[in-house]
Amino acid sequence: MKFAELAIRNFKEMLRDPMHMGLEIGIPAGFLAIFWALGRSMGGESFFTTTMLVPGIAVFGFAFLLMFSAMTLSRDRESALLSRLLTAPLKPRDFILSYSLPYIPMVVLQIAVCFGIGALLGLEMPGNAGLAFLVLLVMGICSVELGMILGLLFNVNQASAVGSVIITLVALLGGIWIDIEAIGGVFYGIGNALPFAHAIDAARYAMIGAGFSSIATDFYWVLGYTVVFFALGTFLFRWRMVE
Amino acid sequence: MSYGTNGNRFAIQTFSLSRKFGDLVAVDGIDLSIKEGELFSLLGPNGAGKTTAIKMLCCLLRPSSGTATVMGRDIHEDPMAVKQIIDVSPQETAIAEYLNAWENLSLIGGIRGLAKEEVKKRSEELLEMVGLAKRAKEQVRKFSGGMKRRLSIAMALVSDPQVLFLDEPTLGLDPQSRRGIWEHIAELKGKKTIVLTTHYLEEADALADRIAIIDEGKIVALGTPQELKDSISDMQVMVVKAKNLPPDVIEGLKEIYPEVKTTDDGIEIGAKELSFYEIVDYLRPRGVAIQSTSLKQPTLDDVFLHLTGKELRE
Repeated sequence: MKFAELAIRNFKEMLRDPMHMGLEIGIPAGFLAIFWALGRSMGGESFFTTTMLVPGIAVFGFAFLLMFSAMTLSRDRESALLSRLLTAPLKPRDFILSYSLPYIPMVVLQIAVCFGIGALLGLEMPGNAGLAFLVLLVMGICSVELGMILGLLFNVNQASAVGSVIITLVALLGGIWIDIEAIGGVFYGIGNALPFAHAIDAARYAMIGAGFSSIATDFYWVLGYTVVFFALGTFLFRWRMVE
Repeated sequence: MSYGTNGNRFAIQTFSLSRKFGDLVAVDGIDLSIKEGELFSLLGPNGAGKTTAIKMLCCLLRPSSGTATVMGRDIHEDPMAVKQIIDVSPQETAIAEYLNAWENLSLIGGIRGLAKEEVKKRSEELLEMVGLAKRAKEQVRKFSGGMKRRLSIAMALVSDPQVLFLDEPTLGLDPQSRRGIWEHIAELKGKKTIVLTTHYLEEADALADRIAIIDEGKIVALGTPQELKDSISDMQVMVVKAKNLPPDVIEGLKEIYPEVKTTDDGIEIGAKELSFYEIVDYLRPRGVAIQSTSLKQPTLDDVFLHLTGKELRE
């Protein structure tokens, strides 16, 4: 598998970039602790309980992963490393896999950090942890695939800017700390059309005991986006291979 | 695979190869036949179309019209087969900054399908060849520009390609580093087909078996360095070292002589017949302090000026 060598390189580059690693782990851990403390200060039932926060912050962390994966690919394009790699006899699918796969361990690590810190802060999970994990894993992969698209379309600065817009969108319309259904109107429409709120809702319900059939629509919504983003990324790689 | 009239096999042939970007014609119908084992140089100024031509031959850019073959494989119809037998050192130092030199070579060997043992053996040889064996385990972001270039060339060689493309391999390097890289390239001469693009005429002159001078996407001259220089052998070039050379005097000379080139310390005047007295009589009354004059052999820069009316470094 020729693409494995490139996937290993991308994984090593990620591990050896201290800024990248620090932010990927620090952001979910820090935000979870801050919002948990806010919730304690506010008292009573709120969005800032660990059950509500853990899936939300995990998806929020994926938005940063999305931006970093986009910037890594953009940087390789700008440095002409990607041009060099594209002269190798690899197919577009090989390229998208070798740039996406290294981020999956990071997705798993982010989920583990969120659940781990959640447990330290008193997270109780009567439901199906495995199902919640699966939903979040698919959402993480979905975010990375969207990052691939941004990385293939934009330069580093643009990818960073568009990534920031997506992070804001996730924060505002993902239903992490605001009930988007209560906001209603066009904001709810946009939030509901995107995969982020579906993933967060499905993971929350799984954590409190809902079965797969109850969250199937949300799960397939996220999975559908993942497949579409992967296909679009593969198409864009094909386009980048021979301009 | 095609053969030349003298039985040489052609590694690369282009057939009216063209590429447009909107209204801009970057490569304009070039026809080339590059022999197997030849070190062939595309020489031209920035923006002449050299890199665009290389990108088409490496299957990174689709030609707008025309086509090319690399070792008999068509770049249009069978790009994967072309990619199996080529490698490239791009104009920019295309290396993975957070990997070490060894890992960079392993990456390229791996994606080109080499066995681990083979990659190891080739990497050891290449790191030795480019003088990086002692720094092999250091992350390359700490390397100097020259070291990165040397590694970039080594990366292009790790798969032992039949055809090697070197796109401006010494761009931006100091003269000492440039000469070091020339030595490495010279070691490869005759062992594989090399296409070298450069806008340094000394580089093409020192290394190439044959040179194609390219300007505004067209091949304007083709031959060995000596053949190209001989093509203007009837031309005399006078070097005038002088102070106080106002622009209007230079413009006046350009109206009299076909080729006038400014240098750091004076001018060079080219014409089929030159009279020392005529030039001095023209310059002195206009307040030009002449320090010395001499005649010189034409260089590739003079060939380029003669063919295009422009200096190579413009």
